[in-house]
Amino acid sequence: MSAATPARPLLEVENLAVHIGGLVAIADMSFAVPAGQVVSLIGPNGAGKTTAFNVISGYMRATAGRIRFEGSDLAGLTPERIAARGLTRSFQRSSVFAGCSVFENALMALHLRGRAGLLGALLALPFARREEKQLHAEAEALLALVGLADRAARPADSLAYGEQRRLGIAMAAASRPRLLLLDEPAAGLNPTETEALMALLRALRDQGMTVLLVEHDMAMVMRLSDHIVVLNQGRIIAAGPPDAVRRDKAVIRAYLGSAAEEALHAEA
Amino acid sequence: MSGGESANRPGQFMGYALPWGFVALLALVPVVFPDPYLLAVLTSAGIFIIGAISLNLLLGYTGQLSLGHVAFFGLGAYASALATLGFDIAIGFGLRLQVAPQPVWVGFLAAILVAGGFGWLLGRLAFRVRGAFFVILTVCFAQVLRMVALNWVELTQGPMALIGIPGFALWWPGEGVVELTRKDQNYWLVLAVTVLAFLLVRQLVQSRFGRAMVALRANESLARSVGIRVTHYLTVAAVISAGIAGAAGSLFAHYTRIIDPDVFLFIYTVTMVIMVVTGGKGTLWGPVVGGFIFGLMPDLLRGTAPPEVQWVIYGAAMILFVMFLPRGIVPALQALLRRRAA
Ligand SMILES: Nc1ncnc2c1ncn2[C@@H]1O[C@H](COP(=O)(O)OP(=O)(O)OP(=O)(O)O)[C@@H](O)[C@H]1O
Ligand SMILES: [Mg+2]
Repeated sequence: MSAATPARPLLEVENLAVHIGGLVAIADMSFAVPAGQVVSLIGPNGAGKTTAFNVISGYMRATAGRIRFEGSDLAGLTPERIAARGLTRSFQRSSVFAGCSVFENALMALHLRGRAGLLGALLALPFARREEKQLHAEAEALLALVGLADRAARPADSLAYGEQRRLGIAMAAASRPRLLLLDEPAAGLNPTETEALMALLRALRDQGMTVLLVEHDMAMVMRLSDHIVVLNQGRIIAAGPPDAVRRDKAVIRAYLGSAAEEALHAEA
Repeated sequence: MSGGESANRPGQFMGYALPWGFVALLALVPVVFPDPYLLAVLTSAGIFIIGAISLNLLLGYTGQLSLGHVAFFGLGAYASALATLGFDIAIGFGLRLQVAPQPVWVGFLAAILVAGGFGWLLGRLAFRVRGAFFVILTVCFAQVLRMVALNWVELTQGPMALIGIPGFALWWPGEGVVELTRKDQNYWLVLAVTVLAFLLVRQLVQSRFGRAMVALRANESLARSVGIRVTHYLTVAAVISAGIAGAAGSLFAHYTRIIDPDVFLFIYTVTMVIMVVTGGKGTLWGPVVGGFIFGLMPDLLRGTAPPEVQWVIYGAAMILFVMFLPRGIVPALQALLRRRAA
């Protein structure tokens, strides 16, 4: 974790609104992600979590509001520029480079770790060769980190579901972004895989990545988050540390549903 | 692309000895079979293979279907011919543009630059409109150029054709700088440029640059999320692809010594697309293999059947290849080799 506590949060979302056609997908959303933390964005299906990710990472335009990353406005930037600034995301639906091996997927995701351009490639300049070697080493390390080293030669689209999820996270984290947005990384994972995922996310955080997490697995969110923002129908209905959010009446009603409410009472 | 680790690379034999042995064999053809007809057939097939190699960069590696690829070929042919013949035309406002006849190497460079420049323009324009619109735009682009070539008689002689184009001039062992007029000399020149184009594309696609192109083809939104700049890579690929096609056009102009607006015919684009698709798009050897088959087939069939029947056979062969080897010959062979190795 970064020792210095900067006055400014890494990411600031201010009065964000997103209208899709006539639908208000996000209304007047404001929250901040301080550096070095894990912040979670939760809410029922259709609450607008993925939409928020799409806007922050440059895939969709905001109707109103501002998004600042490290103090500078991201408005109008393409996803690739935002990634180059150190903000990357994973996708809710498994997403790999189909037809390419797992190793090639890792290399492609390491794009921003390299510099070599056209001339380097055409003339096989020494620096380009050296860089290529280094990227190969990084790809191996990346796959080892998510436990896919023995899958390197397999076509990425032939991986098991859980493995594809892990590859997706590895690819988002490959360029060592300062802020990593993960959209439901635990979806469809079994408890053992979820446990491994949590260890991975902690490791990434300890390597200096700040994480903004969208996740339906409440146990995981509660254990991992420093701060939770709860969204319902495009609006923030609660925000705070896990313990406060867990007890929030509005959250329990809107998100966890009555069954969960009973369960919580029984537990208490 | 070969899979990351050296263990996945084809062996030394497949990767090195075999291709260079193949090139050496081709280089020996004029010595062993000095038949002018054979050399002429192989030379024009070679020129088309260069075109197919260049198209493969766009169609195969970035996945953009450009059906106006012949535009760059024709632009290269006209640029090179006009630069070497010289011209003097009115450009309006009472001004004239005069160019004195230039050496052929200047024409060759002009062909690459002009075609590459138009590739950049088309890339900039067309990559804003993607998919079907891009395809339509490329077709229109080639058609417009054909109309220009037909009607700008002062510059292009229109349908009367540009004639008297000088042959390629090169330093030749024992003879100094000479105009290449012999069939074998032109054959070797085209072979050399084909090998160069192949190596250039290979170098490109096996680098970080090529990976970015393939990533865009495989999954564009994922590619953008890892920081790959779509417009940059697509535009550069279009420029290089167009530049190589322009070089092929230049070779064509100085080999045939006469060009007319038919160098912009749609059928030539179709031929190149067929070569790439049957051979295997997105593979290095695909356009070479497909190029040999469909570049030589018309000549192999000549005299054996009436022209109409020849075209039927040509079309049937194409359909059969696409039906039974939808990914192309080279990927099918690779899969076969892998299965036998396993
Ligand atoms: N491209 C789109 N076109 C139309 N409506 C959309 C689009 N994207 C999102 N929406 C709508 O916006 C709202 C928010 O959707 P979003 O995908 O952000 O929800 P979410 O919180 O990620 O839900 P989930 O938990 O199911 O992933 C939904 O009502 C959805 O139908
Ligand atoms: Mg979602």
